[in-house]
Amino acid sequence: MAETAVQLAGTEARVAGSRGAGQWGSFVRRHRIAPYLLLVPALVGIALVYFWPLVQMALYSFQNYGLPQVTGAEPVQWVGFGNFTATFADPEFWISLRITVIFAAVVVPVTLVAGTLVGLLLHRLGPKMSMFVSTAALLAWATPPVAGSVLFYWLFNPDGGLVDWTLSKLPHWLVGSTDWAGYNWTTTGALPAYTVLTVLVVWTSFPFIAVATLAGLKTVPAELYEAARIDGASPWRVFWRITYPLLKPIFLVLLLLSVIWDFNIFTQTYLLTGGLANRNEFNLGLYIYDKAFSFPPSYGLGGALAIIYTVILLVVTVGYVRSSVRQGALT
Amino acid sequence: MISTRVSARTAKRTRKIALNCLGVLVALVTLFPIFWMVATAFKPSQEIYSLTPSLLPAHPTLGNFRQVIGGQASGIGTVWLFFRNSLAVTLAAVLISSLVSLLASVAVARFSFRFRATFLIMLLIVQMIPGQALIIALFREFDQLNLLQNLLGLIIVYAAQALPVSIWMLRNFVATVPRELEEAAAIDGASAVKIFWRILLPLIAPGLVATSIFAFITAYNEFIVALTFLGQDHAAYTLPIYVTYFFGRGGAEWGPIMAASTMYTIPVVIFFLIIRRRLVGGLVAGAVKG
Repeated sequence: MAETAVQLAGTEARVAGSRGAGQWGSFVRRHRIAPYLLLVPALVGIALVYFWPLVQMALYSFQNYGLPQVTGAEPVQWVGFGNFTATFADPEFWISLRITVIFAAVVVPVTLVAGTLVGLLLHRLGPKMSMFVSTAALLAWATPPVAGSVLFYWLFNPDGGLVDWTLSKLPHWLVGSTDWAGYNWTTTGALPAYTVLTVLVVWTSFPFIAVATLAGLKTVPAELYEAARIDGASPWRVFWRITYPLLKPIFLVLLLLSVIWDFNIFTQTYLLTGGLANRNEFNLGLYIYDKAFSFPPSYGLGGALAIIYTVILLVVTVGYVRSSVRQGALT
Repeated sequence: MISTRVSARTAKRTRKIALNCLGVLVALVTLFPIFWMVATAFKPSQEIYSLTPSLLPAHPTLGNFRQVIGGQASGIGTVWLFFRNSLAVTLAAVLISSLVSLLASVAVARFSFRFRATFLIMLLIVQMIPGQALIIALFREFDQLNLLQNLLGLIIVYAAQALPVSIWMLRNFVATVPRELEEAAAIDGASAVKIFWRILLPLIAPGLVATSIFAFITAYNEFIVALTFLGQDHAAYTLPIYVTYFFGRGGAEWGPIMAASTMYTIPVVIFFLIIRRRLVGGLVAGAVKG
C-alpha cells in the first residue's frame, strides 16, 4: 500500500515534471532566452576567474590591504589613491616598466622579421623540405615554457654551459674581450639576462609567425607572383608591393598578439632571473608578483599595479579588437 | 638563345639549392636546443660536466631517466606522480571547458541576441589580461573557497581560462555547418537534442578535437597559478611546478633535470603534430575568418 503510494507519487511527480518541462520549453521559446541559457555556464566561469578577481583588485587598489589586514590584526581602510602615488614614486616600478617596454620593443620586431622570413622561405621550398623545416619550427613552438626556460638556463650556464664554452673558444675580435668562460648570464644584470630571454622568446615564438605567414601566403593567387616575375620585379619589391598589402590584416594581428604576449611574459623571466632573487632584473610581472607575495605582502600595491597593467594592456587590446571587428570577425 | 636558356636553368637550380641549404640551416638552428636537451638527458654526469662538451653522448645512459622515475633525483617523488597530477588536471579542465564552450559557441553561432557582439568582444579582451595581474585576487578567492593546494582549484581555473579562445575557435566550426541540415531534420520531426547529437556534434567533431587539444596544451603548460596555489604541497605538484622545484633546488644535476624536461615535453610535441593544420586557424580566429 505504502509502496503503491510512493509509486503513484513518483508517477505524478514525473508527469508534473514533464508538464513543467513543456511549460519551461515554451517559456524559453517565447522569451527567446535559449542563447542566454547556453551562455550561463561560460559566463559563470569567466566571472569566476576574470571579472570577480578584477573587481577585487580594483577594490584592493584603494585600500591599505597589507600584512596586518591579512592577519586580521587591523581593519582594512580606504586610502584613496595612496597606492597609486606610492607606486609612481617607487623607482623600482619605473625600472621594471622600462625593462618590460624595452624587452617587448626588441623581441616583437625581431620575432616578426624572423618569423616572416621563415614563412616566405617555407612558401618557396618544395613540399618535403617545407615539411621538414616547419616540423622543426613546430618542435620549438611546442616546447613548454618551463622546459624551454630550464633548457636555456642550462645552455647559458656558467658551469658547463655550451654557450660560454663556445664563446671562450672563439677569437676575441669576434666576441669581444670579455672572459666568457664562466660568464654568468642570469645574475650579472638586466642586460645579459634579457639577452638570454630574447633568444629564448624569439626561438619559441617565431614559428607561430612563420606558420601564420605561410597560411596567408597560400591565399595569395599565384598569378600575381607569376606576373611580377615576368615583369622582373625584385623579391624586395614583390614583398612590399604584393605580399605585404595583401597580408596586412594578418601582420597587424600578429603584431598586436606579439606585443601582448611579450609584454605579459612571466614564466621565462621568473625562471631565468632566479625566481624573485634579482630585483634589478624585474619586469612588470615579477614586480607585481613580488609586491603581492614577498614578505610583507601588500595587496593594496598589488591591486594598484594590476589596474595600471590592465589599463596599459587595454590600450593595446583596443587596437586588436578594432582590427578584428573591422575584418568582420563578429558576423 | 640556347645559352641564355641554359644559364637561366642553371640560375634556377642554383637558387633552389641555396634555398634548400637555407632551409636546412634554419631547421638545424631551431632544433639544436631541443637536441641538446635530449642529448644531455642521455649523458652520464662526467660527460655533462666535461671541459670539452661533446655533441653526442659517448656512452649513452638511461641513468638520468631512472633517477627521475625512481624519485631520488628530485627528492619529492617519482615523475609519474606529477604526470598523473598534470593529466588529471588538464583532462578534467579540457572536458569541462569543451562542454561549456560548445554550449556558448552554439549560442553565438546559431542565435542572434542582444548582447552577442558585446559577449564576443568581452572574450577578446579578457583573454589578454595576464595571469600575474589577477593572481592575488584569484589566490584569495580560492583560499576562501578552500580550493588551494588541491587539484580541483586548478581544474576550475584552467577550464575557465580556456573558455575565451575555445569559444572563438568553436564558433567558426559551428558556423560552417549549414543551417539547412538542421532545418531539414527539424521538419522530419527530430527534437533539438537529437539534432544536436546526430547532426551538429559529428560535423563539428574535428573542431572540438582541435579546441580540446589547444585547451590541453594551455593547461598543461600553465605556470603562475599552479606555482601560487600549490605552494609547498609537493604531492599535488603538476609537471611544470615539479620541474621548477627540481631546477630551483640548488646543486642542480643537469642530467636528471633534462631527462624530466624531455619527458614533460614529449606529450605536447605529439599534440602539436596532431593539430598542426589547425593551430594557426585557432589563434588567429579572432582576426581572420576561417
